[in-house]
Amino acid sequence: MLDTARRYEIPEGIELDFRVAGPVVRACAWAIDLLIRAGLYLVIAIPLSFMGGMGMGVTLIFFFVIEWFYPVLFELRQGATPGKKAMGLEVIHDDGTPIGWSASLIRNLLRTVDFLPFLYATGLIAILLNQDFKRLGDLAAGSLVIYRDKATLRPGLPDVKPLQPPANMTSDEGRTLLAFAERSPRLSSERRIELAEILTGLTGKQGEAAVTELHAYANWLSQGR
Amino acid sequence: MRQQAFEQQHREMWQQLRHLLDELDRPKRKRQLDASAIASLPALYRALCNHYALSRSRHYSPELERELHEMIVRGHRHLYAGRSAQLWRLVIFISRGFPQLFRKQIAYFWVAALLFLVPGLLIGGYCYFQSEMIYSVMDDTQVAQMESMYDPANRKPGRSIERSAETDMMMFGHYISNNIGIGFRTFAGGMLFGVGSVLLLVFNGVFIGAVAGHLTRMGYEETFWSFVSGHGSFELTAIVICGASGLMLGHALIAPGQRTRVDALKWRAADALKLVMGAAAMLLVAAFIEAFWSSSSVATEIKYGVAALLWLLVALYLGMAGRRAHGSG
Repeated sequence: MLDTARRYEIPEGIELDFRVAGPVVRACAWAIDLLIRAGLYLVIAIPLSFMGGMGMGVTLIFFFVIEWFYPVLFELRQGATPGKKAMGLEVIHDDGTPIGWSASLIRNLLRTVDFLPFLYATGLIAILLNQDFKRLGDLAAGSLVIYRDKATLRPGLPDVKPLQPPANMTSDEGRTLLAFAERSPRLSSERRIELAEILTGLTGKQGEAAVTELHAYANWLSQGR
Repeated sequence: MRQQAFEQQHREMWQQLRHLLDELDRPKRKRQLDASAIASLPALYRALCNHYALSRSRHYSPELERELHEMIVRGHRHLYAGRSAQLWRLVIFISRGFPQLFRKQIAYFWVAALLFLVPGLLIGGYCYFQSEMIYSVMDDTQVAQMESMYDPANRKPGRSIERSAETDMMMFGHYISNNIGIGFRTFAGGMLFGVGSVLLLVFNGVFIGAVAGHLTRMGYEETFWSFVSGHGSFELTAIVICGASGLMLGHALIAPGQRTRVDALKWRAADALKLVMGAAAMLLVAAFIEAFWSSSSVATEIKYGVAALLWLLVALYLGMAGRRAHGSG
């Protein structure tokens, strides 16, 4: 079990797995956001600077909104700021539900304290002192920064004629066989053979034949004869 | 049941749910969904949860499990999303929710008000009677700048000479970013066991008190008090409310009571945040008054009259708004 994996039971009675995000990846996300914000400041300030005191006033209001509410606006829209999205992160409540108004505002207003005395030193200490990598704002808001799982296509089992395994298997053993067959396309052929030959005692085969034999067992487990 | 048969039996339903989730992930105006499709989400989602539990207990392949898990996370996100922002909820909050919550948590307000007023009055009194005292609060340049701001010869009171030419709009922007920023920081300071909020309250009290005492001693009272008395009603009250919400965080951390510290913090922070948001709205009003009314050259008597009305308004709003009429509930 990975030490950053967290489980939450949802009302439907099953458990969801999340992986919480650590300080380094969050710092990267923050740096990307910093660049985006700097860009926004320029885009707003340059045209408005030609409009005298009026433009200056509007600029200050925009700056204020960006400084305090930039993360809130994005978190409510898509669950993450552009920087976090680029790093594959997402902010959620610690009960697994999407982040809401109240929690997002709390965690971002308290950012000031996490930043003290410089560059998120307080936040970093807080992150290192609790198991969920929460900075002070996250503690007060009850929020969590996690990795957003990417949607990937599931590879099918290798196309081999099913074959009943010579011995009865426990369900865990069967699952291991299935996992091996499903992961096979992502392994190098040497590694496949190396893994398959662990079971030479059972299959009586070596080399590529051992791999095919295990794939046949896996197919039998999955679909029967 | 074998995995392959299980998959074949439910494949179509998973496809339907996946399609629905794909549509829901898109921005609202680009969605092509009718009401019945959206209404089918909970049933599909619960069925999927059931399939996921089955696939785990029957030890189907890890990849199948992962595929179902990923869809559940996406469905969970949509099904349990919080209510979106609606304008009328903001209106209800400003007109009823905020003053009601303020009265519920008024003890914190009084403590914060004492922390702000007592040092302010003490230092203000010192500065009024002793001309040197002001220099222990701020340095020479600050004193000179402040004196020039409220010099009766200044055409736009409350603004330094170099700023007097700038438009009211620019000052509006400045007051918003500066004052609401101070309010937010005063709240956030509560996270340091309340110490940050206490310090900011005391510091602001001392600074404002010193300026008031010093300028009154200088004989600038007309320009100064007529300038600050109007927007001060909203501004000072709101800053004290921000301090009070910071004290709530500090209280939760120092004395969590029956809860764990983190639980107490979460519980108080939700209420504290609402107070801060209400105070931010008050600071917005204050910035508007300060930029467009306080600096105008209306007769002093009218300004004092309006200021009295504004203080009365703040007191009535916080004290009365959202109360039920007698006998109705």
